Amino acid sequence: MTVSPGARLTGGAPDLAPALVVADVSHSFGAVQALKGVSFSVARGAFTALLGVNGAGKTTLFSLITRLYDSTSGQIAVAGFDARRAPGEALARLGVVFQTRALDTDLTLRQNLHYHAALHGIARKPAEARIAEVLALVDLSERIDHRTGALSGGQQRRAEIARALLHRPELLLLDEATAGLDVRARAEVLALVRRLIRHENVSALFATHVMDEIEPADDVVLLHRGEVLARGRADSIAGAGDLTSAFLSLTGQAA
Amino acid sequence: MKAGWTIAFAGIARREVLRFARQRERFLAALVRPLVWLFIFAAGFRSVLGLSITAPYETYVLYEVYVVPGLCAMIQLFNGMQSSLSMVYDRETGAMRTLLVSPYPRWFLLGAKLVAGVLVSILQVYAFLGIAWLWGVHPPAIGWLTVLPALLLAGVMLGSLGLLISSTIRQLENFAGVMNFVIFPMFFASSALYPLWRMKESSVLLHDICALNPFTYAVELIRFALYGQVNLTALAVVAGCTAVFFGGTVFMYDPAKGLWRKRPG
Repeated sequence: MTVSPGARLTGGAPDLAPALVVADVSHSFGAVQALKGVSFSVARGAFTALLGVNGAGKTTLFSLITRLYDSTSGQIAVAGFDARRAPGEALARLGVVFQTRALDTDLTLRQNLHYHAALHGIARKPAEARIAEVLALVDLSERIDHRTGALSGGQQRRAEIARALLHRPELLLLDEATAGLDVRARAEVLALVRRLIRHENVSALFATHVMDEIEPADDVVLLHRGEVLARGRADSIAGAGDLTSAFLSLTGQAA
Repeated sequence: MKAGWTIAFAGIARREVLRFARQRERFLAALVRPLVWLFIFAAGFRSVLGLSITAPYETYVLYEVYVVPGLCAMIQLFNGMQSSLSMVYDRETGAMRTLLVSPYPRWFLLGAKLVAGVLVSILQVYAFLGIAWLWGVHPPAIGWLTVLPALLLAGVMLGSLGLLISSTIRQLENFAGVMNFVIFPMFFASSALYPLWRMKESSVLLHDICALNPFTYAVELIRFALYGQVNLTALAVVAGCTAVFFGGTVFMYDPAKGLWRKRPG
C-alpha cells in the first residue's frame, strides 16, 4: 500500500504520531449507547491495558478501531492515519488478535500465515521468510506444517500473535487474548507481548478484565459502561491501595 | 492492477481451493446432486416429455441434453448459497474479521472471495459436464470453451445474491429458510427443467414468474454458451442483476451502513 501524506492527521515525521489516538468516540446500536465520548491515546512503544468488565465496550471499541464499522461520532487515528478517511493506511499499521480465535483450523499454520500475508499484499517468497521470523519469535517454528486445529489453546493464541505481526504493524490490538487459557499459557502470552514491545518496535492495546495481567508501570484506560473513568499509569490509578480496590471504587462497586 | 492486489486475490483464491480440497464430501455432494437429476429424473422424464426444436438446439434433443445446462446452473446456485452460508458462519465465529481487517477496500475483498468461490464452482461444473458426456450428452467441442465466461458471469451473479442474502441473515439457524424460500423456488420456477414455452402451455402466470426469475437467464446464458452462441437478453439480465446484487452486498457490508451498524460485538 502506498502512503498518502495528506491522509495523516498530524503533520511532521510519521514516527512522531502516537500509535493510536481515540478522540471523543461515541457509538450506539439503535437506542443502546455502547460508547460515550471515549478519548485516550497509546504512546509508541507502550503497553496500554484497556481494563473493563464484560459489556464495558471494549470489543465495540476494537471493532471501531479495526473499522468493522464506523463510529457514530468522534475520530480514531492509527499512527496518525484517520481510520475513516484513510482506512487502508490505518489497517496496514494494525495487527489484531481477536477475542474469538479466528484461525482456519482445517489449514496448516503455514497456510494460515500465507493467507494473512497475501491479505496484506506480501508476495509468497518474502512471506515465507517473514513467516519463519515470526514463528521463531512466538516459538512455534516446529509447528509450521501442523494443522492449527491440532494446536493447544496457548499455541493457537501465539499463532494468532505471529499472524498479527506478519506485516510489521505499528500497533498490536489484543482483545482478551488470554481468555480461556490456563495460568501457564496466559503468562506465556503476556510475556510474549511485553517482549515484542521491547524488541519489535510495536505498541500494544491489551483489552482485559483481569487485574493480575497489569503491571504497575503499564498505562491503563479504565472503561466502564462505555465511558472512560480513569486513565494513566496503573500505580497512579491504584494510589496507596491496589488496582482492584481502585477499580471497584471508581465503578461504584466498593463494599 | 497493483501487484499487492493481485497477491491478495491469489491468496484468497488459494485459500478457497485449499478449503475445498480439504472438504472432499462437499465436492461429492455438489456432484451427486446434479447427477441424481441427470441419471434418475431425466431418465424418467425422457419418455414423457417431448421437446420440439428450440434455440440453441438445431434438432430434437433428448430430455437429458436439455436439462444439463440447468443442472450446471444448479451447481452454481448451490455453491453461491454455500458461500453465503460460510459468510454467516464466519461472521458468527469472528473468522470474517480476519478478512475485513486487510488494508484493501471492502468491495475488493468481498469481490475476491466471491470470484474465488465461483472458480471452485466452475471446477465442479466441468467435472459434471465430463460425467454427462460419458452419459451421452455431447455439446460441441467449442462449447467447452465458450461456456467458461458464461459460467463465470452466472456464478458471480448467484454468488452476489448469496452474499446479499448473507448480509440480511442475523443467525446461522435462519439459513434453512434460505433453502426453502430462495434455492427451491429459483430452481423450479425457471427454464432449468422445462422450456418456458412449455410452461406457458400449462400456466401463463407460471410462465411469467419464470420469465422474471434471474436464474432463468443464468440457465439460458449457460445453455447458449455451451452450444457456442450468445443469448444477448440473458447476458444483459445476468450482467444487470450481478451489478444490483453486488452493489447491494457492498452497501450492506459497508462500515458506515448496512448490517454492521445494528450489530454489537
